[in-house]
Amino acid sequence: MSTLFGVILPYAAIAIFILGMLYKVIKWGKSAVPFRIPTTCAQEETLPWIKRKPHEKLDNPSNNLAVVGRMLLEVLIFRSLWRNTRAEVKADSQKLIYSGSKFLWLFGLLFHWSLLVILIRHCRLFFEPVPWILDVVENIDGMLEIMIPTLYLTDIAILLAVTYLFIRRVVFSQLRYISLPADYFALLLIGGVAVTGVLLRIFFHTDVEAVKELAMSVLRFSPEVPDQSISWLFYFHLAMVCTLLAYFPFSKMMHAGGIFFSPTRNMANTNRVKRHVNPWDYPVKLHPYHEYEEEFHDKMKQAGLPLEKE
Amino acid sequence: MSDEVASREELLKTIDYVPAKQDLYKPNLEFRPGTWNYPANPKKAELVDLPYPREWNPTDLDWKLPENWKEIILKGMEERLDRYRSLRVYLDICVRCGACADKCHFYLGSGDPKNMPVARTELMRSIYRRYFTVGGKLLGGAAGGRELTEDVLKEWFYYYYQCTECRRCSVFCPYGIDTCEITMMGRELLNLVGIGINWIVEPLSNCFRTGNHLGIQPHAFADTVEFAMDDVEEITGVKVNVPMNKKGAEILFVTPSADYFAQPHWYTFLGYMMLFHELDLDYTMSSYASEGGNFGLFHSAEMMKRLNNKIYAEAQRLGVKWILGGECGHMWRVIHQYMDTINGPADFLEVPKSPITGTVFENAKATKMTHISEFTADLIKNNKLKLDPSRNDQWKITYHDSCNPARAMGLFEEPRYIINNVANNFYEMPENTIREKTFCCGSGSGLGTDENLEMRLRGGLPRGNAVKYVKERHGVNILTCMCAIDKATLPAVVDYWVGDVEIGGIHELVGNALIMKDEQKPRTTDLRGDPLPGVEGSEEGGE
Repeated sequence: MSTLFGVILPYAAIAIFILGMLYKVIKWGKSAVPFRIPTTCAQEETLPWIKRKPHEKLDNPSNNLAVVGRMLLEVLIFRSLWRNTRAEVKADSQKLIYSGSKFLWLFGLLFHWSLLVILIRHCRLFFEPVPWILDVVENIDGMLEIMIPTLYLTDIAILLAVTYLFIRRVVFSQLRYISLPADYFALLLIGGVAVTGVLLRIFFHTDVEAVKELAMSVLRFSPEVPDQSISWLFYFHLAMVCTLLAYFPFSKMMHAGGIFFSPTRNMANTNRVKRHVNPWDYPVKLHPYHEYEEEFHDKMKQAGLPLEKE
Repeated sequence: MSDEVASREELLKTIDYVPAKQDLYKPNLEFRPGTWNYPANPKKAELVDLPYPREWNPTDLDWKLPENWKEIILKGMEERLDRYRSLRVYLDICVRCGACADKCHFYLGSGDPKNMPVARTELMRSIYRRYFTVGGKLLGGAAGGRELTEDVLKEWFYYYYQCTECRRCSVFCPYGIDTCEITMMGRELLNLVGIGINWIVEPLSNCFRTGNHLGIQPHAFADTVEFAMDDVEEITGVKVNVPMNKKGAEILFVTPSADYFAQPHWYTFLGYMMLFHELDLDYTMSSYASEGGNFGLFHSAEMMKRLNNKIYAEAQRLGVKWILGGECGHMWRVIHQYMDTINGPADFLEVPKSPITGTVFENAKATKMTHISEFTADLIKNNKLKLDPSRNDQWKITYHDSCNPARAMGLFEEPRYIINNVANNFYEMPENTIREKTFCCGSGSGLGTDENLEMRLRGGLPRGNAVKYVKERHGVNILTCMCAIDKATLPAVVDYWVGDVEIGGIHELVGNALIMKDEQKPRTTDLRGDPLPGVEGSEEGGE
C-alpha cells in the first residue's frame, strides 16, 4: 500500500502534470496570434506633451518592458481584480449604484500567496542541507506562535481564503448560477490538502524525517519506502496533492499558465507604430476602384467627380 | 417603436440580479420581440457571397439550416482554435470568479443571467469542452460539456447579438478574458451556416459596392457634401470647399458615412469642414472610400478586411501622403488594431505630419493614419486656432468615452483637451462610467436598430444613469461623444432614461468656437442653427 501511495502515485501524478502542462502550453503556443489586441486601460502614448502617470504606462503599455510590468502587476497583485466593483439597481430611486468590492481581490491574493509560501516551505523536504532561505521563509511565516508547534500564518490564511471562496459560490446567487461542479471540486481539493496538512502538523504528527527520506529517494529515482513510521493521514494528504497535480493541466487551474498567453494583457499597444503580421492571412475578394468607377461612371461624371476613364 | 417599450419605471422593476432558477446549460429559446434582430436579407447576403442565404425567422421552429450544419460549426471551431490564441486560451482558463458579471451593460440592464460575460462565454465553452477536450469527451455534462444542438445554436444567435463587443469585461477580468473575442467567433460561426442579422449584412454589403454603409452613390455623396457647404455658408458666411476624389492632395480624409448623412453627426461634419477651410488644408475626401466605419468587424475578420481595403487602395490611387480619420468608435478599433495587419504595409504613404504645426505623429508611424482629435489637439496646443469658447456657453457638457477608442486604443486625453479649450462648462460623469470603465451606448457592434429597441434601452441603462447623475448635479444638457453609432443611438437612450439632454460631437464644439479669418460678421447661431445666447452683447474676439 505505501508503495502505491508513496511511490507509484506521485510518479504518475508528476508525469501527468508535466506532460499535461507541456501539452496545453504547446497547444496555446501553436495557436496563432493574428492581431494585436491589447485591452488599453489608460491613455495611450501619443503626443509628447500628453504626460502619463507611471501606472498609466503599465495599464496601456507602449513597449515590451511596460508589458512585463503590466504582467507582473497582474500576476503578483491582481491588478485587474483590484478594479472590481459591485453594481446594484435601486428601482424606487431609479438609480444604478456602484460600490467598491475588494473581498474577491483580498481573499484571492491571500489564497494564492499562501499557496506559494506553503509550496516554498515544502521544499525543505527535498533538500539536505536545507537552504537558509527556506529557514527565513519559515521563520517569518511562523512569526505568530499561536500554538505549539508553530501554526503558520499561511495555514490560517489559506483556510480562511478557501472557505471564503467556497462560501461565496454557495451564497451569492449570481455565483451559484455560474459555478460548475469543477469549481467546487477544485476548492474542495485544495481545501482538503490544506486541512490534512494542518492536521498533520498540529494534531497527528507523522515522522517528518521518514517523509523526507521518502521524498528525497523519490527525487533521486531510487525510491525507498520507509517502514511503518509514516501515518495513513500523510498518505491521504499526499494522495490529494497527487490528484491536484494530475488534474491541474486539464482544469481551470491552468489560468496559472494561461494568463501569460492572454493577448489582451501580454501585448504592447504599439498598434499604429509597428506592423503586426497575421501568419494565416489570405487574399480576399475585393471591389477595386475601377469596378466601382465602371458601375457609377455616368453618375460620377454628371456630379463632376474626377474620373480615371473619361 | 418607443411607445411599445415599457415605461422606465416598469422596465427597472423587471431587472433582478438574483437569477431565476434556470440552468446555465439549458438553452433559452424565448425570442421576445424587442430583444433580437431581424435576419439578413438573402439578396444582400448574396451580394457579398455569404453562404446559405435564405429567408428564415428566429421565432420559427425551423431555421432552415444546411443539412451538415453541425459539421460546419465544429470544423469552424476547430479552425478558429488554431487561428486565434485568444479563443483557445480564453476557453481554457476562465475560473468563473464572477468579476465580469455585473460589468456588462446588457446584464445590468436586463438581469438575464446569461448576459453575464462569463455565462455568455460558457455558451461556447461548454461546446468546446464536449468536442475538443479529453474530460468533456469522456465525462460530458459532468465535466461541463454539452451537446451541440440546434437549440444551442439558437441561443448563440440570441446572446452573441446581445453583446456589443465593448470589451468592458476584459478590463475587469484578472486574465484579461475578452468576451468580444468570443462574440466575434460566435458570430463568425453562425455566419458559416447563414445566420446573420440584416443590420450588419446590409450595411456591409452596401459598403462593399458603393463605398459606404448607407449605400450612398457617388453623385448623392457629392450632393450631400454640397448641402453641408451651404449650411456652413449660411451659419458663418464663409464659402468652404470640400475637394472630392482629388489626386495629389496631401491628406485623405475618411470619416463615417453617418457624419454626412445623419443627425447629430452633421454638425460635427460642418465642424470638420470649417476647420479644414480655416487651415487651408490640402486634403480630399473620396466617394470610393467614403466610409470610415466597418461593419465587417461585426461580421467576420474576412469581411472586415474586404471593406477596409478601400482606404489604403484609395490613398494609393490618389497619391496622398497620409490619412486623417474622423471621429468614430469601432472605425478606430479597425484602424488602430487591424488595418496595418490586414491591408498593410502602407509603404507608399509617409508618416503623418501636420502641415500646420510640423508635428510628426510618431504614434502612427506604421499605419499612417491619425485621429482627428490628435490632429486638432496638436493644433490647439500650438496655438494655431483662434477660439471663442463662449460660443459654447449654451452647453453644459459631459463626455462619453466610446468603447473602442477607449479600450482598444486609449484615446482619453485628446478629446478632453479639445473640449476644455473650446468650451467653458465641462463636467465628468462618475469615475466608474468613464475612460477605460466607460459603458457602451448599448447599440454598438451592429445592434443599433429599431426591432431590438428594448434591449438597446436596457443596455443603455448604465450610460443613461450616469448622464442623469451629471444632469441633476451640474445641469448637463449635452452628451458629447466621438462614435458615430453613439451619435445615432444615444438620443433614444438618453431620451428614455434622462430626457432633455442633446447628443453632439467634439468637432461640433470646435466648429462653434472656431473664429474664422474669412468671417465678416459675428455669428448669431451655433452649428445647429440655434441662436447663440446673448449674442448682441457678446464681443467677438480672441482668447
